[in-house]
Amino acid sequence: MAFDSFSAFLTMGGYARYVWPAWGLATLMIVGFVLWARRERRQLMQQLQRRRRREADSA
Amino acid sequence: MWTFVHKLGSPKWCHALCARLQPGFWIAAGLLLAVGAVWSLAFSPPDYQMGDSYRIIYVHVPAAILAQSVFVGMALASAVFLIWKIKVADMAATVMAPFGAAMTFLGLFTGSLWGVPTWGTWWTWDARLTAMLIQLFLYIGVIALRGAYGRDDQGAKAVAVLTLVGVVNIPIIKYSVVWWNTLHQPATFTLTERPAMPASMWVPLLIMVLGFYSFFIALTLYRLRNEIMRRESRTRWVQALAD
Repeated sequence: MAFDSFSAFLTMGGYARYVWPAWGLATLMIVGFVLWARRERRQLMQQLQRRRRREADSA
Repeated sequence: MWTFVHKLGSPKWCHALCARLQPGFWIAAGLLLAVGAVWSLAFSPPDYQMGDSYRIIYVHVPAAILAQSVFVGMALASAVFLIWKIKVADMAATVMAPFGAAMTFLGLFTGSLWGVPTWGTWWTWDARLTAMLIQLFLYIGVIALRGAYGRDDQGAKAVAVLTLVGVVNIPIIKYSVVWWNTLHQPATFTLTERPAMPASMWVPLLIMVLGFYSFFIALTLYRLRNEIMRRESRTRWVQALAD
């Protein structure tokens, strides 16, 4: 452990306002890309299903 | 070997291969990033000069490495597309671009945050920094050019050419710290020498880099499947997936 307490960990030796935004944006991007890719998949599947239903109706 | 390459060019086969390769990379990414984050934030020792501010390196270096690797990946895919007219290669280049742009921005952003306490400025027109900014513009250019042509494979050739021209910036980024007098420190990892930092610092960094790579590969495989299904949505095999 590099820190004595949890509050010391949060303070980051006085560099909290540089370290945490850097890690924060990285986390946001990783999570964001996963959510984005999943939403893309969901919308695509809905689109395919809609088209299939339309074609089933017209046939 | 050649039948494998030939098969890889078939969207249907590639779609199935991506599905098979994916889980391993998601698991690797999750484990490496979790272990790497805890290790580098809480267990690696503080730097004797920079204190705890140096912990930014654990996202800065992976982001900067990916910013370059992703573009090289796009350039390779573009070359394959131009030479052999393999559509899947163009789709791969398409799905990689947003992540590369994000990593370039993350590298610049974390570098700025790190610059304030260590250099006393968040930006300077230094060779490395400027080359990285140009890299961000190249990503934006590639994405915008594809967007300008609308969906699907129109303009794919133009995008591929722009990507291949743009890849010239990668060696410039890499050697900028060698060719010019710059504020930026030289590379942390090289193939020929041991890192200048102790193992308690570079091992978690290596884990983070591998974690970012795994995440990139997993995300690319996932989004490549999306892209294949979207562009091949009129084929019977894709429509059968909707059931």
